[in-house]
Amino acid sequence: MDKVIFRIKKGTPEKWEYRDYEVPVENGTTILDALYYIRDNIDRTLSFRASCRMEVCGSCAVMVNNFPRTACSTQIKTIGKKVITLEPLAGYPWIRDLVVDFDGFFKKHESVKPYLIRKDNPEGQLLQSPEQLAKYKQFTLCIKCGACLAACPVAVSDPFYLGPAALAAAYRFNADSRDQGKNLRLAVVSDAEGCWRCHFSSECSEACPKDIDPAGAIQKLKVQAAGYELKKFLHLGVKE
Amino acid sequence: MEKIEADLLILGAGLAGLRAAISAAETDKNIKIAVISKLFFLRSHSVAAEGGTAAVLYEGDSYDLHAYDTIKGSDYLADQDAVEIFVRTMPKEILDLDHWGCPWSRLPDGRIAQRPFGGHSFPRATYAADRTGFHALHTLYERMLFYENIERYQEYFVTSFIINKEGFSGLTAINMKNGEFVLFRGKALIIATGGLGRLYSFTTYSHTVTGDGAAMALKAGMQLKDMEFIQFHPTGIVPSGILITEGARGEGGYLLNNKNERFMQKYAPQKMELAPRDVVSRSMMWEIQEGRGFTGPWGPYLLLDLRHLGDAKIRERLPAIRDIAIKFNGIDPKDEPLPVRPAAHYTMGGIHADNDTSTPVKGIFTAGEASCISIHGANRLGSNSTAECLVFGDISGRNAALYVKNARMNDIDMEKVKAEENRIYVEAFKKRGDETVPLLRRELNNTMQEKVGIFRNEKDLLDALKIVKSLQERFRNVYVEDRVMEYNTNLFTYLELDNLLEVAEVVILGAIARKESRGAHYRTDYPKRDDVNWMKHTIAQKVNGEIQLSYIPVRVTKWKPEERKY
Repeated sequence: MDKVIFRIKKGTPEKWEYRDYEVPVENGTTILDALYYIRDNIDRTLSFRASCRMEVCGSCAVMVNNFPRTACSTQIKTIGKKVITLEPLAGYPWIRDLVVDFDGFFKKHESVKPYLIRKDNPEGQLLQSPEQLAKYKQFTLCIKCGACLAACPVAVSDPFYLGPAALAAAYRFNADSRDQGKNLRLAVVSDAEGCWRCHFSSECSEACPKDIDPAGAIQKLKVQAAGYELKKFLHLGVKE
Repeated sequence: MEKIEADLLILGAGLAGLRAAISAAETDKNIKIAVISKLFFLRSHSVAAEGGTAAVLYEGDSYDLHAYDTIKGSDYLADQDAVEIFVRTMPKEILDLDHWGCPWSRLPDGRIAQRPFGGHSFPRATYAADRTGFHALHTLYERMLFYENIERYQEYFVTSFIINKEGFSGLTAINMKNGEFVLFRGKALIIATGGLGRLYSFTTYSHTVTGDGAAMALKAGMQLKDMEFIQFHPTGIVPSGILITEGARGEGGYLLNNKNERFMQKYAPQKMELAPRDVVSRSMMWEIQEGRGFTGPWGPYLLLDLRHLGDAKIRERLPAIRDIAIKFNGIDPKDEPLPVRPAAHYTMGGIHADNDTSTPVKGIFTAGEASCISIHGANRLGSNSTAECLVFGDISGRNAALYVKNARMNDIDMEKVKAEENRIYVEAFKKRGDETVPLLRRELNNTMQEKVGIFRNEKDLLDALKIVKSLQERFRNVYVEDRVMEYNTNLFTYLELDNLLEVAEVVILGAIARKESRGAHYRTDYPKRDDVNWMKHTIAQKVNGEIQLSYIPVRVTKWKPEERKY
């Protein structure tokens, strides 16, 4: 069995250090397994978030050698390093150890009105063809792990930028054939801290553990937002 | 100490809790609703539900058929009037989710798609690929953002229920971010805290499912029902235990032994791999016991073969399963079968409640897996749990909202609050001995897994009881070593272990007393169902520090008990 040193940023913003922990690793051992190993066997004061351990709850994203990853679905052997540094997600207020404050992340998500908006009160099924579903489906897979924001050069330096997760959520509903609230969302995302802040560096799509392409969603959102802005400028009535 | 007040407190933010919040907000715009969870709401274990949500939607299916399947699946321990409410309410819940944006999988004509599931005689598992719970939870969360009278308290760890003579009065909690003590006051409470699967070592459950609601209810003198019935899902992937949905068999997957036989032929010739979970899990264990399993470094296993479905169907219908197999096991299911073994998956029992979700304590309601209404009886059918969360979440939210309209805020017994504050902030941190949380938890998990699992007998159960009692004693020598109050996981795991030890005893006592085999409770020393003596619900309650068992009858409407063959 191989051994790997985990160098973990441990402490609170007032007082912290990097601490080394040696963990036995075999094929299949994940970063999250290593964190539990450390907490159960070496240091019971190590604090991290985790729940489902199957890459669906979004709790456990951390910086692994300076790149954001969900701990539960990252195989240690695939990293191929003898020393692995773990730090809290970049770009978020730090609480302690590997735990960051997610309140801002969820507020940004909420601000884009990420829910289906209907003007009517539908009764039966809202029919949607498999093709219509396919138009937005990948963007429903977001587990809100926050990795994209930690990878985004804009979001890390500008705390007000809505960021890839929230913008992709806006696009997800705008692209849903059942939705009738597109302009309400465009009013939010075409703001100065919205989709125009994106430089299309695509780091977010690279970091996404679910293989979603938020960068692509943001570009499509820019097209929608441009149309919206133009209509607004021409007073063509975009109230909704 | 921070004090927070709302008319209605909802504890737990999985499918049941969020559905309850929406329902309460729609029932009354003028009440203040507080949803409280130790997790960010989207981290709730409901996200792990995969295969589908049962509902009667189309021609050829009927309420009676869904009810009959459910009752037969329950091994005739379900309350039949509750099941009837359940099946009749369910279709509306599917439509609500549709109207709120759930990305249901679709038929070519645009209608919502359904698939076959274990124990159901019609393909009524309504699905969103194989991430149904995930999508349903996200849809409810998104919809919840719509309502201005729902306040969100995420990462608040609730530690006790405060009840006085008039009924519910409040909750004590820890604000996990800063470690501060919080008192929640409310006129009513809905408990929607989920199950207790982390009692076991091989389990599909999230790390955070630790029986908190049931344990706090028990400590507060409330009644738990049918706690001995723990469901083992046939296909937890080895070694992690991650769930491989029954939908994989619903789409046509085979279970194979080491002779390459579809062994379910022997045990359930008609339903084969789609027999109910208790039947399939037992069959798998018999195969393993009789030497027809595979052996590996992580214990015995059997195979789930999806190769014949082909890559395209696997990618379309079972993308999450494919992803899990590749990411966690390095296996592409189109090329290789998956190693599986039954894993602890669901808690049929829970907090005793009536069909309207009210409990015997005035002002306390309960819904979802934390509750026991009971629609699942001794064995739950797949795709009935997410459904239950929706139906009874909805009912609990509405009834609790109506209740608080005419209720008053009860006085808080500050003595109890002080005692709880002392337990957490003084007692838990007092250095005592060498026992630690992980050590005791591991012993508890192994005991439950080995002695209170799929096959049970009196000797093992009595052993388990002795061990759990001694672990409860040893727990007094555990203390919280971490002195930093921000996000102190050492403290939270300490409190969770306390909860697990509390409920473990109830599970074991119920299992010792029930001298028959019914649904998921299989006694090798009493292998037959005994309707004369045991067609009744177990009620457990703590009286003067001791757990006492009593029994109440099952409500039968029109389905008489019959032999369960599949």
